[in-house]
Amino acid sequence: MCGGDKLDREVSGGYVGDLLSDVMANSREGDVWITCQSHQNIVAVSVLKEHAGIILVLGKEPDKDTVEKASREGIPLLVTKLSGFEITGRIYDLINA
Amino acid sequence: MNQEYKFSFPVEGGNFDDTGKISIEIKRLLKGLGIAGDVLRRTAIAIYESEVNIISYAWRGNISIRVTDDSILINIQDSGPGITDIEKAMQQGYSTADDRIREMGFGAGMGLFNIKNCSDSFEILSETSKGTLLKISINR
Repeated sequence: MCGGDKLDREVSGGYVGDLLSDVMANSREGDVWITCQSHQNIVAVSVLKEHAGIILVLGKEPDKDTVEKASREGIPLLVTKLSGFEITGRIYDLINA
Repeated sequence: MNQEYKFSFPVEGGNFDDTGKISIEIKRLLKGLGIAGDVLRRTAIAIYESEVNIISYAWRGNISIRVTDDSILINIQDSGPGITDIEKAMQQGYSTADDRIREMGFGAGMGLFNIKNCSDSFEILSETSKGTLLKISINR
């Protein structure tokens, strides 16, 4: 959706969650964040946590404001048709291969 | 010589358009002062949760920061309904958030708990129908 120029960032891990406080408390810098939340407030969480990017699951289209904000803040925002379970498994395999 | 930095930001209650905006600004300022690593990480979490609390529950508030050689002192003050039962509010999972707040992934009842977890000292004072004052510090 945006942030394509930042896709060379190294992904050191991942975090799955839809509760913003949980993600704030437990995700780490360099994580890719996998979520079904698509509103603009997710971007600030990723900026503060210095995530490698955000992946929205189940083909969820982000709000226009979310794309604008992510683009401005340089946070790659990706969408997958896969479920949270499936995309997490695939990324986990890639990182730990 | 001891050097001290102070800054303060107003936060508007009820406006969910850009939660975290103030926290991002404060984190950048702190980074500029050479604060990094775990101290910066914990401060960012505490400030973010405080900002979200003001937006979610209060009418308006203020986040003020004082950075000294040894610590980061944060006062979060709001005008709002206050917290009736502080002990309950501190429990993880307890929340008075409405559905609109919860749908966005806020209001999980983790905010105050997270703030306390990230702080080296934590004090909360609240008066019903007036507001809440949260005083925390994080050692550098």
